[in-house]
Amino acid sequence: MPTRALEAHVRHKKPRVAVIDLHGEINGFAEETLNNAYAEAEGESPDMILLNFADVDYINSTGIALIVTMLARARKSHVRLYSCGLSEHYVEIFNITRLADFMSVFPDEATALADPAFATEGK
Amino acid sequence: MATLLQSMKRIWPARRTVETAVSKRPVEHLRQVAPPIDIAPDDPIVAYFLSAPGAVEVDKLHLDSPALRALRTAGVKLAIPLVSQGELVGLLNLGPRLSEQDYSPDDRGLLNTLATQAAPAVRVAQLVREQQAEARTRERIDQELKIARIIQQTLLPQELPQLNGWQLGAYYQPARAVGGDFYDFLSFEDGRLGLVIGDVTDKGVPAALVMATTRSMLRTAAQHGDSPGEVLKVANNLLFPDIPPKMFVTCLYAILDPATGRLQYANAGHDLPYLSHDGSSSELRATGMPLGLMPDMRYEEKEICMAAGDTLLLYSDGLVEAHNPTRDMFSFPRLMSLVGQYGDTGALIEYLLNELRSFTGIGWEQEDDVTLVTLQRTGDSHMSDRSDANNILEEGWRVLDTWPIPSAPGNERDAMKHVEATVRELGLPERRIERLKTAVAEATMNAMEHGNQYQQDKPVEVTVMSSAHQVAVRIRDSGGGAPVPTQAQTPDLEAKLSEEQTPRGWGLFLIRNLVDEMRVSSDDHQHTVELIMSREEEDDANQGA
Repeated sequence: MPTRALEAHVRHKKPRVAVIDLHGEINGFAEETLNNAYAEAEGESPDMILLNFADVDYINSTGIALIVTMLARARKSHVRLYSCGLSEHYVEIFNITRLADFMSVFPDEATALADPAFATEGK
Repeated sequence: MATLLQSMKRIWPARRTVETAVSKRPVEHLRQVAPPIDIAPDDPIVAYFLSAPGAVEVDKLHLDSPALRALRTAGVKLAIPLVSQGELVGLLNLGPRLSEQDYSPDDRGLLNTLATQAAPAVRVAQLVREQQAEARTRERIDQELKIARIIQQTLLPQELPQLNGWQLGAYYQPARAVGGDFYDFLSFEDGRLGLVIGDVTDKGVPAALVMATTRSMLRTAAQHGDSPGEVLKVANNLLFPDIPPKMFVTCLYAILDPATGRLQYANAGHDLPYLSHDGSSSELRATGMPLGLMPDMRYEEKEICMAAGDTLLLYSDGLVEAHNPTRDMFSFPRLMSLVGQYGDTGALIEYLLNELRSFTGIGWEQEDDVTLVTLQRTGDSHMSDRSDANNILEEGWRVLDTWPIPSAPGNERDAMKHVEATVRELGLPERRIERLKTAVAEATMNAMEHGNQYQQDKPVEVTVMSSAHQVAVRIRDSGGGAPVPTQAQTPDLEAKLSEEQTPRGWGLFLIRNLVDEMRVSSDDHQHTVELIMSREEEDDANQGA
């Protein structure tokens, strides 16, 4: 079964807020794409980065490790990382792994951007 | 002038309907839409429109045509055929001009140009609509077949009988959504056990319907515990008047006395069972015509006594008639030889299915239903003598399917796909399916990476099994050696985020949190991980916390 390679597109949605749209599978093959996307998002010195998982259909344990790496990187540079668009199953995975304790999980992008955290700190 | 485009709909099988929208006087009726007009394919007006160079004056036509009469009734004065690729796909119909004057040559020219451009677009719209209708029909049929499959599954034994000193196994995989193979177990009050395997000619829904009928008739015939030959005779006479022409059922019926090992059997034209005994195999022959062909048939009865270590295999022709890519057949001699070689070293069904997969290769399109039933006399009235103490098949599980997964990065998705398709039919709740898929993916990745070092010639074997209350997935590599860790430490996320620990190390932890139970066993040749999950609805609030 061919894997669906990860693609990532960076948008700068609000002042100091970057959105990374992820498409495909987050597994061992996704490392370079994720790193590059994060570097691009970080380039504009955002306060917050929102990872949009709406078009991600598979995350394995290696993918979890890549997200942990990204979260560690964000914390180091005092950027707040958020997530949205996760399926019910992957919300559960984020809860099991406690990733949800360190990056808020929003149902979708609109809800995330409407959150007071984005409205106040993102300006 | 008002021009209103009419579209022609196709009504299967070939009747055509024209939704007529005609402008009429007075002006208040300008946008009146006339009812659809059917144009039969043999209506002479079709040929006329196809040969017409452009706009046609309806009042000047002289044809014995129902459609023409309908057009006139609808007030159509001018009809411009919409022809695409030599086919009449619609009409551009107009009522009289508001000025009461005839349509001018310029009008006609404009309309002809419009019709030329509109016809392909109308055709495309029709094709889209047809495809949408076909998709809806396919979806409905798929749904009905899914229900039929669930119903058929309920006709098969939900659990294997538990007999001290005996081990039973069963496998059933129809070639299509539903199939004509069946097997059954009948427990009698005196402790004897009836075993049935059957195969209806043909496949798919017709075979499934006959299968359901035959199963009921056999149960009726066997209810008093009569001898196998007598039961087949009664079942044949019950089935004969009702079975559709050119259909029949091959069937083997055996009765086991577990206390003595005596096995009586009779055969209605079914593939001969094989008995594995002391490292060799033999056929169990008994003559008899298939059920449903002729009334008042007699069935020869034979009997054997199964000794400790003996294994009986009942099977359907989907196994022996499977082809490999070079069109060689799996064949009876190969099966008989495999049964002889099997030597009581593990579950015969899994052994044969692995041989079948190796023979046919990956990507095999199953040609016929495959059914296997095994009966083994273990010789120990309390427990099986198999070496693998963690093999849950000892507890009477049913193998639903098994696949080899080549050890290559990303192939865990194949395992997920197979497992999902198999367990979905068990009615497992969606959330549990997702959890099981992720656990299977993680265990398969471990097996491919750590067990088989991603050597593609060493596949990971994935087997799905079910019991009445649980589903299990066994993942087995070819690694052996160091045992698979069984205790998953809770990862220290803070330490990982502060980069004091590697960000990896989630796989085993996820598996432990996603399934109800994980069993692990290792020897010098392989590691086996079994993931077990309840089939029951759950209190989801307790999960994933």
